Amino acid sequence: MNGIHDMGGMTCFGSIAREEQEPIFHTPWERRVFAMTLLALGNMANLDEFRHGVERMDPVHYLSSSYYEHWLAALETLAVEKGILTHEELTTGAAQPARGGTIPPLPPEAIPTVLQHGASTQRQTGRTTPRFTPDDRVVARNLNPAGHTRLPRYVRGKQGVIDRVHGTFVYPDTNAHGGGEDPQPVYCVRFEARELWGSATPARDSVYIDLWEDYLESAEERRRHTE
Amino acid sequence: MSTAHGQGAHDTVPDARLEKRLTAEQTQALEARVKSLESLLVTKGLVSPETLDKLAATYESDLGPMNGAKVIARAWVDPAYKQRLLTNATAAMAELGFSGLQGEHMVVVENTPTIHNIVVCTLCSCYPWPVLGLPPIWYKSAPYRSRVVLDPRGVLREFGLVLDESVELRVWDSSAEIRYLVLPERPSGTEHRSEEELAALVTRDAMIGVARVPIQG
Repeated sequence: MNGIHDMGGMTCFGSIAREEQEPIFHTPWERRVFAMTLLALGNMANLDEFRHGVERMDPVHYLSSSYYEHWLAALETLAVEKGILTHEELTTGAAQPARGGTIPPLPPEAIPTVLQHGASTQRQTGRTTPRFTPDDRVVARNLNPAGHTRLPRYVRGKQGVIDRVHGTFVYPDTNAHGGGEDPQPVYCVRFEARELWGSATPARDSVYIDLWEDYLESAEERRRHTE
Repeated sequence: MSTAHGQGAHDTVPDARLEKRLTAEQTQALEARVKSLESLLVTKGLVSPETLDKLAATYESDLGPMNGAKVIARAWVDPAYKQRLLTNATAAMAELGFSGLQGEHMVVVENTPTIHNIVVCTLCSCYPWPVLGLPPIWYKSAPYRSRVVLDPRGVLREFGLVLDESVELRVWDSSAEIRYLVLPERPSGTEHRSEEELAALVTRDAMIGVARVPIQG
């Protein structure tokens, strides 16, 4: 979706505020939201659904709230959508009896292993043969999906060059919407700054961005379509 | 006056238009809302308070830029390691014990006298947790995310780094599940420093690419 989170290239937000000696968490509630999101999410949703949960926030609230409020909003949204909690439970704070049996929550001693193991979304299945190779000229498709995507607006329709092939990864656009993983190649694509932002930008500067295969078409193919 | 985080101690931020200032009442309301949510998730058997504590404590004490600094210092003193780091960063970092969540697929990009790299996530807040820990607020903020792809040299000037026009600037937007770390230039004046002393010089900001490691001596 063309949401407020897709802010690459905007210039209206003022200077960058930095904090010396910044704590990891500023308040106890931030600390709990961070940990709850990581732990509860594994039981209810995938990362793409979570990101889309943040993106669906009211844009005014997105801009006017702090970072962990974004996480809190997405966590509550997903807990309800996934049938873990009801609106009533969230509002009243009183839990209704659980319907099914629950699996025991992760014990503290499991944390180091879980973090070390991570949660890779690379796959050996799906489209494992990349269509493009390094130095191929590609164009980012002009897609404007209503749902989740990791194709930012600022590269759509722009031409770049394949820098490297990262491997086959779960496709966010389907995975965020119950449409399956549809694993496909991810490429690092180099866009010249001038292609993205015009001739006033320094000639040598560039932006490298990771894009799924379905976001790309060959520059040659694009040219044939437009001629 | 309350600040972004309800604590007077951090009241030093200049003119960020979107600095998040919560009143004490708003902070209290959030504390209550989060406490209630935790209680519900505990009752439903999804999380346990002890595990939440353990998880948060890990990110407060064990994961942070001190890990990335060890990787950088090793690359500075060991050319073979540096080569492995630049060709397969995930495996090279795992050699030093750094791997896992939000660092499953790592790429290291090298700063040289003619190339400068800078990392962002314009869409959210992607960041290499095993080697840098959790990101600072500015990295996740609208001003940085929006502007660094369009005007990276202006952003660097804000951080006090004026890049010569002859230097090629590369911005890395972490839009997928690959995480990026900058290998800063080893500063002059450090020829006789030990690996451990070198690691102490490496800053978080240098590994994001918004700073250099300062010249010593």
